[in-house]
Amino acid sequence: MMNDNRDMIGLQFLRLGMLALAAGMFFGVIGGFQFLFPEFLRELLFTKTRPLHVSLVVSWIFLAAIGGIYYYLVNQCKLKLFSPRAANWHFWIFLVTGLAILACYFAGRFGGREYFEYPAVLSIPIFLSWIIFGVNYFKTVFKSSEPWPVYYWMWGTGIVFFFITFSEAYLWLIPYFRESMVREITVQWKSYGALTGSWNMLVYGTAIFVASRISEDPQIARSKMAYGLYFLGLFNLMFGWAHHVYLVPAAPWLRTLAYAVSMTELLVLGKILWDWRASLASYQIHKHCNAYRFLFAADIWIFINLILALVISVPAWNLYTHGTHITVAHAMGSTIGINTMILLASVFFVIREELPVEVHSGCSKQVTFGYWMANVSLAVFFVSLILAGLGKGFYGGGSFQEMMLSIWPFLLVFAVSGVTLMLGIWIVLFSAVRLINLRLSPASGGALATEY
Amino acid sequence: MTLCAAFIPYSVYVYTHGTEVSHIRAMTDEARHGQQLFQEFNCIACHQFYGLGGYMGPDLTNVISNRGPAYARAFLVSGTQRMPKFNLNESELDALVAYLEFVDTTGRYPADDYRINWYGTVVQSDE
Repeated sequence: MMNDNRDMIGLQFLRLGMLALAAGMFFGVIGGFQFLFPEFLRELLFTKTRPLHVSLVVSWIFLAAIGGIYYYLVNQCKLKLFSPRAANWHFWIFLVTGLAILACYFAGRFGGREYFEYPAVLSIPIFLSWIIFGVNYFKTVFKSSEPWPVYYWMWGTGIVFFFITFSEAYLWLIPYFRESMVREITVQWKSYGALTGSWNMLVYGTAIFVASRISEDPQIARSKMAYGLYFLGLFNLMFGWAHHVYLVPAAPWLRTLAYAVSMTELLVLGKILWDWRASLASYQIHKHCNAYRFLFAADIWIFINLILALVISVPAWNLYTHGTHITVAHAMGSTIGINTMILLASVFFVIREELPVEVHSGCSKQVTFGYWMANVSLAVFFVSLILAGLGKGFYGGGSFQEMMLSIWPFLLVFAVSGVTLMLGIWIVLFSAVRLINLRLSPASGGALATEY
Repeated sequence: MTLCAAFIPYSVYVYTHGTEVSHIRAMTDEARHGQQLFQEFNCIACHQFYGLGGYMGPDLTNVISNRGPAYARAFLVSGTQRMPKFNLNESELDALVAYLEFVDTTGRYPADDYRINWYGTVVQSDE
């Protein structure tokens, strides 16, 4: 086991990411109940709980993906990190900026852009941290003497396109964009669509990395199918965003193009993971039980989300689903069902690699319980959102209040299943954070040996 | 490289001709102030334009032509069970209503006059 500082930064990112997820789900649950009972925690308005929830959960995705990349480059790919000091700066800038953003939300200081609701000035340290990460990443992987496996390409593309799309998201600061509603909203959602594509590059790259390591088959990351996924993902990232703005009066061909390219990447990812599962020997599954099961769950959620994504990408159906809770179901299914399951697989793969003595082969009871609780709850949560969305989409009356009353039972199921979903994820995170703390605090090593 | 080469002119097109809408009138100073207030109060967390935003409150794209400026103003003044009272002064109320009036001129949401092609695309009457 290595005790130098090189490999710690990845674990620190992972731990911070898990804390962000735990907190983000808590604010999501509060927001869910505020939907039902607007007086609930009136001091903490929905205008605060929503950005708290979104920013913390998006932070989890980035922190866990970045943590995995730092960890894998150094400890699995055996590359020397170009600058460990820069990686530390990256971590601290992320942490301090994140705390400043949370403080702004609590204080009611908003920039008021959906998903980036913090004051725009705080985007500067975020830009800076991604420059540091990008330089460190490329300077590190350029040292590799072998042709790059697909995950190096995916991670690199995710970093570059994050930078491009995050910049694009701030074009609204220029009056030329801000003062034309159609341009502003179209460019905003072009950037958000591509930004999601860029984090998917980081996350799907991680999925392929973990799958190739568990199966001990490096060809998974060098196959034609894997490169096919990469190019299809890149194509979607660039041109497949416009299903968000089908009803905004921009040029019609932008929408038709997006319709044509929508969601093909998920199909290929599903195929890769499906093939990978079929190729696994039982001992490999047993050895990486926790990581395997989270990838398995991601595989199932990919297919479920693929169907929903295809439905809402058809403009004629999008007329009824857009602006309803079906969009939320798609977002939750993707960020929890796919991204979070893949990233938890990555976390447990790292834990198993770091603590081969303390963490025995096989699945722990605690993680098993949390895993099932989270996935069953997510299924109920997902269905209730779709039913609420159908209720809203086909509502024929004129009053918003009456529409909300008509879908109240579905929102109640959504809120309650949100609580059990949060508890399930918390149980998993509690176990993972405890184990990572064990690695980050070697003095307490072995304390959990009898439990796992 | 081909993809990246296509992405640059495509993005430029989106930033220019692809989002050029001739019928939209210029934003007034008052509407600009309203836009700023809309962001400062983080209204998009609860409301939507063109169906994009939070679902705590209704879509506001055409609240002015559907309900009238007085209706919008009344909600801004007194709040509702779901929306807090923001204690806005007269100038702020005027600015927010002016901004909603500006948004209202940009298009219709949900689409109310359209046809669906056999392959699933939607063409609105003004396209």
